Formats: sequence, C-alpha cells, structure tokens
Amino acid sequence: MTAAASDAALEAVDLTRRYQLDGVAVEALRGVSLRIGRGEFVAIIGPSGSGKSTLMHLLGCLDRPTSGRLRVNGVEMSQLSDTQLAELRNKTIGFVFQSFHLLARTTALENVALPLVYRGVGKAERRTRARAALEAVGLGHRMEHRPSQMSGGEQQRVAIARALVGEPKVLLADEPTGNLDTRNGAEVMAILDRLNSDSGVAVVLVTHEPEVAGHARRQIHVRDGLIELDTADRTGTGETEQRDGGGAG
Amino acid sequence: MALEALRVNRMRSVLTMFGVVIGVLAVVILVAVGTGAKDAVEKEISGLGTNIILVVPGRLTVGAAPTQSKLNLADVAYVRRVVGDPAKVTVSLQSGETVRVGGTEAFVTVVGTDQNLTNIFDRPLDKGRHLSGTDVDTRRRVAVLGSEVADKLFGDLDPIGRQLTISGARFRVVGVYAKIGQTFGVSRDQEVHIPVTTAQRLLGIARVNGIAVGASGPDEIGPLQSRVVAALTDRYPGEKFSAVTQTQLLGTIGSVLGMLTGVLAAIAGISLLVGGVGVSNIMLVSVRERTREIGLRKALGARQRDVLTQFLIEAVLLTTIGGVIGILLGVGGALAIQALTPVPASVTWWSVALAFGVSAAVGVFFGVAPARRAGRLDPVIALRAE
Ligand SMILES: Nc1ncnc2c1ncn2[C@@H]1O[C@H](COP(=O)(O)OP(=O)(O)OP(=O)(O)O)[C@@H](O)[C@H]1O
Ligand SMILES: [Mg+2]
Repeated sequence: MTAAASDAALEAVDLTRRYQLDGVAVEALRGVSLRIGRGEFVAIIGPSGSGKSTLMHLLGCLDRPTSGRLRVNGVEMSQLSDTQLAELRNKTIGFVFQSFHLLARTTALENVALPLVYRGVGKAERRTRARAALEAVGLGHRMEHRPSQMSGGEQQRVAIARALVGEPKVLLADEPTGNLDTRNGAEVMAILDRLNSDSGVAVVLVTHEPEVAGHARRQIHVRDGLIELDTADRTGTGETEQRDGGGAG
Repeated sequence: MALEALRVNRMRSVLTMFGVVIGVLAVVILVAVGTGAKDAVEKEISGLGTNIILVVPGRLTVGAAPTQSKLNLADVAYVRRVVGDPAKVTVSLQSGETVRVGGTEAFVTVVGTDQNLTNIFDRPLDKGRHLSGTDVDTRRRVAVLGSEVADKLFGDLDPIGRQLTISGARFRVVGVYAKIGQTFGVSRDQEVHIPVTTAQRLLGIARVNGIAVGASGPDEIGPLQSRVVAALTDRYPGEKFSAVTQTQLLGTIGSVLGMLTGVLAAIAGISLLVGGVGVSNIMLVSVRERTREIGLRKALGARQRDVLTQFLIEAVLLTTIGGVIGILLGVGGALAIQALTPVPASVTWWSVALAFGVSAAVGVFFGVAPARRAGRLDPVIALRAE
C-alpha cells in the first residue's frame, strides 16, 4: 500500500468539502476516495452540481478539503503552507479551464510563459520553452496573436500549452471542450490524447460529452458528492495502474 | 507587466494620476514661490550694505506697532561719542511728501539724513554728488533724488542744478542715485534725500526716526549693538531701545518666510494625500475587476507575495509617473512664474526630491491595502467570479 501510494500521481482518501452559504451548509463532496496512477487518462462525468468542479479544485490544490487526505505526486497536501501549495500548483499540476482563462491583451507566447515567471525562469528561456510548447499544440504560427485574435479552439490550445510548459505530472481539465464546437473539441482531444501517450502526463478531465469521455481509458461517475461508479474497479485497479505507472516510470 | 496593466485602462490611469500630478505640482510651485520670496528678501537685506546696526526707540518685534520716537540730534551726537567713530553713525527722518517741478508732481518718501549715510549703506550715485557735512551743518536746501523721482520729474533733462519744491519749499538738485530697486516691497528709487537738519525745519519737528551704526567687522556687531542700547537706556531710564542687525533681520524674516513655505507645502501635501486616496480607490476597483486574472495567476503558481507585489508595483508606478509629470509641470510653472510675473520663484532640488519621494510613498501607502486584498483572494472564488 505505502509503496504503491507514493507511486500514484493523485491519491485521495475520504475527501469531503462543505460550503457554508448564508448559514446553510452545502455538502459538495461527501467522502471521495480515488487513486490515479502516473500517465493515466481519466474522465470524470456526472450531472450538473454533483461536485465535479469541487473535486477538480481539490485535486489541483486550489482549495483545501473540509476533511480527508490528499497526496499529490507522493506529497501530503495538508502539511503544506500556502506558499508550498503555490509551488506545487506551479510545478506538478497543469490546469485547463472551460473558459480558457487567457490574459487578454497579452500574446499567446506571453500567456504560455506565465507559469515560468513564478518559477523564476529567465526571460530568454521562458520564450524558448513557451515557443516549444506552442509548437507542440500546433500553434507555432500564432505566437504573437492575442486571445481576441484567435478562435476558441486556438485559445484552448494556447491554454493547454500553458498548462504543459512547466512539464507537470498531472493535467487537470474541467470541461475543456465545453465551449468548443465538435471539430475544435475533437482537435483539443487529439492533442490531449497525444500528450498523454507521448509524454506520460496523467490527464484528468471533466466532461458531459460521451465521445470526450470515450477518449479516457477510465471513467469516474460522480453523483451528489459521491463516486457512483469507477470503471477502474471493474477492470481491476492494480492491473490498470501497473501498466500506466510502468509506462511513465 | 505593471505598465501593461496601466495601459489597458489608459483613461482611468490618467485620471487617477491627475490627482497625484496636481498634488506634486502644487508642492513644487508653492515651495518654489516661498523659497523665491525668501531669497529675494535676503538679497534685499544684504544689498543694503554690510555690518549694519539699526537703532530705533521701543521694542522691535515683527507685527508690533511702531513706537513714537524720542530720539533727537543730541542723541545722535551722544551715540557718535559712544561708538567712537562719528563717520560710522548716520540718521534718518522720513516723511511722505509731494514734490513738484513746474506742472509735474510726485508723491515721494523724503528722507532727512547726513553725509555719513554712504559710509554705512551702499547707495551709488548716477550723477552729481552726495549730501555733504556742510549741507547738514548749514541746513542747505539741496536734494539727492532716487532714480525714479528724477525720471518722473525731469524726464530726459539733466536734473543737476535744477529746482524743485518739497511741500512748498524750494530745493536744488545736487545728485541722482543709481537705480537700486525695492526693499520689503517699497521702491527705494522713489526717495528724495535732503539734509536731516533741513528736514526737521521743513517738517517742524526736532526728533529723528532712527540711527544706523556701521560696525567695522562682523565680530564687532554684537558688542557694539549692546553698547549702543545700554548707553541709550542709561540716558533715558525706563525707556526701551532696540538695535537690530542685518543678521537678526535675516534670521527673523527667514524664519517667518520659512514657516510660510512650510504651510504652503503642507497645504499642497494635503492635495497629494487626496490624490493618494484616489489611487487607493482605483486600485481597489482594479483588484475587483481583475479577480479572475488573480485567480488564474494563483492557479498557475503565483504566491500571495507575487500578486501583492504586482499590484503594489502598479500603484507605485501610477503615483511616480504622476509625480514625474507633476514635477515637470511644476518646474515649468515655476520658471514661467519667474519669467512672466514679478513673483520670484526658485525651484529647489530638495522640493523636487521630496515631491518624488512622497509620491512614491503615497503609492506604497495607498497601494498596500488593495494589493493585500488581491494577494489574499481565494483562487477558487476568484476563478468562479464573473
Ligand atoms: N463557493 C461555493 N459556495 C457555496 N456552494 C458552492 C460553491 N461552489 C460550489 N458550490 C456548490 O457545490 C455543489 C457542487 O458544485 P460543483 O461546481 O462542484 O458542481 P459541478 O459538478 O462542477 O457542476 P457543473 O457540471 O454544473 O459544472 C453545487 O451544489 C454548488 O452549488
Ligand atoms: Mg463544474
């Protein structure tokens, strides 16, 4: 258990998250345990309001759980200070959001280089690495474009390049195709597929679309703040993880 | 990065800076005018001559009413004996009178004095001669004119040897002084000097307004001053006499004007403070508007400190850019005032440095609260914000 646990990219045990809204407590998560190996590709699906985004925020260390434990890349997050959490987000996790969240009036290249700013990387190296990341998502010709000068699909690919420029262990994507049409959505998914198989980054994405979920080898169904179904349990957790973990290591 | 953020909201940045610009401009200009006034007065006082002690009856303090004089020519002779060198003591009796030449008349300050005036005060001649001892002893009706009086009454004519009437009595012009300008806002080129003895008879009085003593060096001023006051107090027990030196006058006037400059600077400082409140306000609005940006930066690994620094730099940039603009306008304004108006203005490096320092400090002081708020934003809430 312990050796396997430190091998996992993400390991959550009995996570809960309660929101206090005007004195009324909302139980967004009511005890979620999961284990995601290195290099895995997981889709989280579930009805609106079931707690998917809440779970993603916890897995990405943007938020702290009300109770439960979470290990990210072998590190227990409850023991980290806010500054250490920021460093963890910077180095270990990459985020992709439904609404892209690019800085307006800032070029694609500068948007992609932003995480490296907080890592103290020098300007020249930032540009080199951001350029490489943009080329990897097929946007070598859009370096100096601003978000308003790009299509939704291009913007989301810039966001993916930004998530990957720091070479994270886990990519968390909350409805990455939610704002895109079918063609652009398919293109984004193709990039995520390739990144997962080529560089061994674990990908966890939230989606409502069955085709998108179909790209993942494992589906986790969430309902009312609980995991309703995890396909890894059906196929056999150990087998899946050993195969993917081995591929990454 | 910070500059970019300011550029994005150019109009708002400019309006916010405006408050700081006005504040800094006011500081620079008001300090320049205050300093200019002080410099000008100091120059006037030093321009009188050197090592001068003025003796007047009564107590001399700034703002006190002038005292009725008890001094007469016998007292002047007494002071001459006390001082030891009669040539280093002179006298003055002043009165506003109308002088006339033919149909032209002018209202001037008639000063009754003696031949020793020029041993103590700098009063160069343009034409003719100074008053002489004989003029004083024999009560001659002769006059030496200030340059403006000469211009007004005689125009292009050479006044030397010509006649004029002072309150009905005929006088002969023997000299014209060179132009020397103002002292304390009074033009000294509008004086007419006549022998003190003649003046006493003309005005029908036996007293004089004041006595001036010239010391031979700066070290002698103090002892001489106390000796003269003590001697006069001996002669008139129970009466007060004051002797002021140029240095004391400079000190008193300097401190009054310095205080005035300080008050002006403080008033200007308040407007700078108001500008700072504007900056704080705008930074708060900016933090609210950019909540999502802050959330995103945190998601990408920005620490609380990174976000705080970013907003603080923006605030300081806003105020220092405003400060530099204010300094440029202020220096320009002071130079314009100096060139176009009679008000003296002199820009001092310390007021410029102070204005810049204060505007940067205003940025830090008023930027800290909004920047802390930005730094502490919860990334999840910030990302969900619309
Ligand atoms: N900051 C908050 N304060 C109070 N309640 C919240 C907050 N964030 C989320 N919730 C509640 O927690 C529950 C789960 O929200 P969450 O955003 O995780 O759902 P979701 O599965 O992502 O839904 P969707 O598919 O619509 O994005 C919802 O009932 C929501 O109202
Ligand atoms: Mg959601």
